[in-house]
Amino acid sequence: MASVTLKDVRKVYAGGVEAVKGVSLDIDDGAFCVLVGPSGCGKSTLLRMVAGLETISGGTVDIGGRVVNAIEPSERDIAMVFQNYALYPHMSVYENMAYGLKNRGTPKAEIEARVGEAARILAIEPFLKRRPRELSGGQRQRVAMGRAIVRKPQVFLFDEPLSNLDAKLRVQMRVEIKRLQRQLGVTSIYVTHDQVEAMTLSDKLVVMSGGQIEQVGTPTDVYRRPATRFVATFIGSPPMNILPGTVAGSGAVSIAGTPVGAADMAAGLRAGTPVEVGLRPEDLHVTEGPEGLPFTVDFVEELGATQLFHGRTGEAELVIQAPTGRIPADAGALRLAIDPAAVHLFDPATGRRVGREAVGMAA
Amino acid sequence: MDKRAIFGGRLLPYALLLPQVLVTLVFFYWPASQAVWQSFLLQDAFGLATDFVWFDNYVDLFSRADYYRTMATTLAFSTAVTVASLSIALLLAAMADRQLRGGTVYRTLLIWPYAVAPAIAGVLWIFMFQPSLGVLARGLRGIGVDWNPLLNGTHAMTMVVLAAAWKQISYNFLFFLAGLQAIPKSVIEAAAIDGARPFRRFWTIIFPLLSPTAFFLLVVNIVYAFFETLGVIDTMTSGGPGKATETLVYRVFSDGRLGADLGGSAAQSVVLMIIVIALTAVQFRYVERKVTY
Repeated sequence: MASVTLKDVRKVYAGGVEAVKGVSLDIDDGAFCVLVGPSGCGKSTLLRMVAGLETISGGTVDIGGRVVNAIEPSERDIAMVFQNYALYPHMSVYENMAYGLKNRGTPKAEIEARVGEAARILAIEPFLKRRPRELSGGQRQRVAMGRAIVRKPQVFLFDEPLSNLDAKLRVQMRVEIKRLQRQLGVTSIYVTHDQVEAMTLSDKLVVMSGGQIEQVGTPTDVYRRPATRFVATFIGSPPMNILPGTVAGSGAVSIAGTPVGAADMAAGLRAGTPVEVGLRPEDLHVTEGPEGLPFTVDFVEELGATQLFHGRTGEAELVIQAPTGRIPADAGALRLAIDPAAVHLFDPATGRRVGREAVGMAA
Repeated sequence: MDKRAIFGGRLLPYALLLPQVLVTLVFFYWPASQAVWQSFLLQDAFGLATDFVWFDNYVDLFSRADYYRTMATTLAFSTAVTVASLSIALLLAAMADRQLRGGTVYRTLLIWPYAVAPAIAGVLWIFMFQPSLGVLARGLRGIGVDWNPLLNGTHAMTMVVLAAAWKQISYNFLFFLAGLQAIPKSVIEAAAIDGARPFRRFWTIIFPLLSPTAFFLLVVNIVYAFFETLGVIDTMTSGGPGKATETLVYRVFSDGRLGADLGGSAAQSVVLMIIVIALTAVQFRYVERKVTY
């Protein structure tokens, strides 16, 4: 077991493309750290640099107090689960799991014991003699996990391990990965583009964009206090609404003339300053009174327990989420009450969070 | 995926097969059966009388001591050519598979020798190994080897093996490279993380995954060494010196074409055919089992 520390890690490809632009990150021993971001944000590259599959153009990667920049992947004492599982097609499930141990000269009896134990934990004992191609996607995924855990490595690396599974299996494996990681207590770094996976799995959530870290924090932290507009719209489903607003006199904020409170957040900003107002769809409620944000419903999406109402307020598009049946489906024009505590403000120029709750780039 | 095609009429599938069947019949079964028929005949030197002599040609063939020598020579030659061409091609392909600067140029250049006709390749190597003028011969003399393939049978054999293997390396290289590139990168990366160093990675992961390609090439190369090296041997040594480089296929050619012993030559053809068919069958029976597809 070990902590992982990245210091100003960079990756510049031969063509001059900078995929990772100086990332610093501390991952505590035993933590489950999830790197999330859209494709091309550098999250996989960063993981592969930790694994040793990509050279490091700048900065240092430290695993358990040892800088591993110049150390071969085989010597880093890590295990990795790949998106396509990368099982050895010519070996049985048993041989697949035993391969890493054999390479390290583990005695045969111990290999058998360890593979047996991993197979029991993952419930793949009946398949030990089979070849990978005779297994279903979920079973292959388990074998890939088994191959990682038999080695008892210092760090687990996961590169989008669930993206090739169907939706139901994905949810099931997600829970299993979380349970297994808790049980084994091995430091884990997990890359995904799925924000639900990211929220549910992580102790430490790292949101990346354009080769840089946007925000680091606990999942709740990132959800409640997104540090940038990018994080606000990336984390959460459906994404946060961003509406153009202005700071009215006395520090209050209004959207197209409708005051939305949040006076203390906008304190210190001059009247007339444009801001972006972030409102999560579930924080918007219909109000009976004449006050509130006008909202015209265009169409409704059914999610079962809840409904999504797509519509407009003035020129801007807006989505609200409400428990099914609370708002009549044929509702035309509505008014929305806004809880000042649920308002997020962002600087239109930099995209950064504005106001008292703004958090720094905690690393 | 269902690979079966459904045809409306009965005629169309046969019509589609016809060209392939015709080609095989005309260019393989017909000459092969002619050879079998001819191997039972004895013709006088002027072609005026032909007798049906049953197995006399075969009896005569197997009673000659030098025929067994030719077989031994063929075995040595074919083994050497196959081993050399396969192993060198594999080494080159493994190198080309890595990301090297100028990799495409390197690959293209390696493919060229395959486009060279056997006789031309033979001539090329004759020049290089010519005892008094050849570049390689001079080099060998420089390091104290009394190089003379015109007189020394071992030298002549080395030379034809090199020339024959060199011709085939390009072909093998292409297939090996394609095979290597079909192996998923992540499997090799997984092996690296699993603690396998490059050499071990090659033998435990890459080579087994390459085995279908290797098996196919083994069959092709053995057939090549047995049959298609005639041109190289003819231009370089004509089977000499002292029949040191006379292989079965060259002997078929020299006895039949040059020695005008058509019956004996045909009998040899049949024997050669049987040997190659048997070898291929053995390979499919025993080697293929160890191959993972």
